Amino acid sequence: MSQATPEVKETPLQRVASWADDRLHLAEGSRKYLRKAFPGHWSFLVGEIAMFSLIILLVTGTFLALFYTPDTTLVVYDGPYVPLQGQEISAAYDSTLRLSFEIRAGLLFRQIHHWAALLFVAAILVHLLRVFFTGSFRRPREMNWVIGGLLLLLAFFGGFTGYSLPDDLLSGTGLRIGYSALLSVPFLGPLLGYLGLGGEYPGAFVLGRLHILHVMVIPALLVGILTAHLVIMVRQKHTQKRRPGATEDNVIGEPLWPNQTITMASLFMFTAAVLSLLGGMFEINPVWLYGPYEPFEVFAPAQPDWYMGWLEGLLRLWPAWEWTILGITIPSAFIPSIVIPGIMFTVMFAWPWIEVKWISKDTAEHHINQRPREAPVRTAFGVASLVLLAVIFVAGSNDVVASELGVGLQTLTAWLRALAFVLPAIAYVVTLRLMQRLDAASVPATASEPDATAASRS
Amino acid sequence: MSTNQKTPEELAAQEASERRATRVAALSFGVAILAALGLVAVYIGGGDTQAEGLLLTVAFGGVAVGLGVWVKVIIGHELVVEPRHPLRSTPDARQAFQSEFDDAVDAVGSPARRKFLGRLLAGAGASLGLALTVPFLSLGPIFSRGAQDELFETAWTAGKRLVTPEGQFLRPEDLTADQIATVFPEDAGTPADSQAVLINLQEGRLVATAMPEPDGVVGDLVCYSKLCTHAGCPVGLFRAREGELICPCHQSLFDVNAGAAVKSGPAGRPLPQLPIAVDDEGYLVATGDFTAPVGPSFWNMTSRRGE
Repeated sequence: MSQATPEVKETPLQRVASWADDRLHLAEGSRKYLRKAFPGHWSFLVGEIAMFSLIILLVTGTFLALFYTPDTTLVVYDGPYVPLQGQEISAAYDSTLRLSFEIRAGLLFRQIHHWAALLFVAAILVHLLRVFFTGSFRRPREMNWVIGGLLLLLAFFGGFTGYSLPDDLLSGTGLRIGYSALLSVPFLGPLLGYLGLGGEYPGAFVLGRLHILHVMVIPALLVGILTAHLVIMVRQKHTQKRRPGATEDNVIGEPLWPNQTITMASLFMFTAAVLSLLGGMFEINPVWLYGPYEPFEVFAPAQPDWYMGWLEGLLRLWPAWEWTILGITIPSAFIPSIVIPGIMFTVMFAWPWIEVKWISKDTAEHHINQRPREAPVRTAFGVASLVLLAVIFVAGSNDVVASELGVGLQTLTAWLRALAFVLPAIAYVVTLRLMQRLDAASVPATASEPDATAASRS
Repeated sequence: MSTNQKTPEELAAQEASERRATRVAALSFGVAILAALGLVAVYIGGGDTQAEGLLLTVAFGGVAVGLGVWVKVIIGHELVVEPRHPLRSTPDARQAFQSEFDDAVDAVGSPARRKFLGRLLAGAGASLGLALTVPFLSLGPIFSRGAQDELFETAWTAGKRLVTPEGQFLRPEDLTADQIATVFPEDAGTPADSQAVLINLQEGRLVATAMPEPDGVVGDLVCYSKLCTHAGCPVGLFRAREGELICPCHQSLFDVNAGAAVKSGPAGRPLPQLPIAVDDEGYLVATGDFTAPVGPSFWNMTSRRGE
């Protein structure tokens, strides 16, 4: 060895880095990413919160999976929770109770897991709204819009399969409704039901299949698809808000190293802190109070997790229309539980193309985000959709709302049906007018940046 | 970091604020260390969900605050400008790729031969795909004889006694007016599709003409499937005065005096009736299966009516 540089002593980290670079040729390719620019607006961090929630879900979920048994065999409960002692309950419910009451830190992790699932869906939705209302999905980012939509769908399925596992009375009821929706599909329903459950409800394999979907298939898809989401994002680089110096040919922002890395680490820790607080101090899904699942029992008011509220609302709002034509029955649950959600998701997935074809006619590439006012029709459509979802969401607890307001359930439901048409229409018109007026008033604000202005109007 | 031409006063102020920030960050990390160690102690000492949650919050929160102060104050704001290059490859690069690709294709054989083999390969791929997907049909008993009947039949047959989940047979006099009981067929356990609700109506309120089987009642006693015809929840709430069964899931309301017809709510058809009678020993029995398929509707549910 040469004697030339004896005093340059490598730190352990440098030694590891050198070792890796010797074998993988890393330094050269990675250097540019150290200075990768991250546009520093808080709304760009919401997607990261979703990702951090997913990480926390994976970690806590792995812990839970080490104790959970997907088994409907009846056992006699002899644990510390007195009200259920001596009762025959399923091994699945038994394992959930043991995890909650007898495994140290078990209840903490179970509750963090459940809260993280709620936050995961919420963060994805807010992220989606940001991307929608700022037009960040426009060319070249249509692919990532669709991939993001898939992640949202997977988050729904992850949540649904997850809260069905404990085999308590509430989870069984949700599963029962999900099965009925499947059964309502013309021609295929009974077949799908048999295939899904291994027979007529409740079927022979429900919990085992939900379990493998929940702990393997869905997480694998989530991680895989999220990876694609991120790789595409790095490849295409971030969009950015209009700001001095920002053009369609650059990205201005905090560098990945060190600023953004530390910001992200701090945000992750903050997310974990909030979820720890919720999981430790705020009871969620107390399955021991619901009791074991019996197919002939139910309790009221029964409500699913918040992100299922719109589906529940659709089922409650839709009129009792059931037709039998030529011996083929269209069940009353089919349209609200399958057709309408199908249309909603199709419109969402297809939105980038819908907009180009019928609204903006704009096929150009865009990297500078719009303000909502710059695309009045899109913004109005988005607000109207949100209003519609809000009405349906309220309908999802129409029994509770009716008794809180002291009005009859049928009266309230009739009102909500009308509002589901009227309010979105009003929201559309008002938003459209407002955006057009704001846009007309704010033309000079963007005039200093010819690039950006040219890009946002076609 | 971003120090371009600052006055001595500004520099001094910045130095002071960075010193303050360092103290805050150090304190935060210190608190995080204590909380994390405290968490270990609580866990070893027996565990406590609330204490663990709070300590975990403080530990994560301490690191979050420390890092946040570190990056926002000590490192400070910094902007980099990254150039963005067109995503589309240059025409030359596209052309080069295409010709290289085409050259390689030409080596595969003459166009006619390529087409011929290519079609067969596509056929082989599709067939193989089908063969590999078909085993998914194993997931349900769709080939077994009788599987198609499952949705049309329950465990009720003529002569089966009504039994409560606790295992009690019932006589007509066991239920007073306005009382209800969940019942199953004897010796069948509690199969989900066979759950039924036996109701003792108020005297004289039964509308016999509205019953699918007017003879299938015993005095003021009627029996219906307990599965909601909308989404399959058990119709668990009974409003005696109005004679209404209510599904707690989506609030369908059934008129128990008149064949469980839908009074309001999203259900599309009445609850099927279970025809009942009294056997020689005075116990309630079913005289047949339900008058229609139970639970949520499905596309071919009317195909076996009257068989």
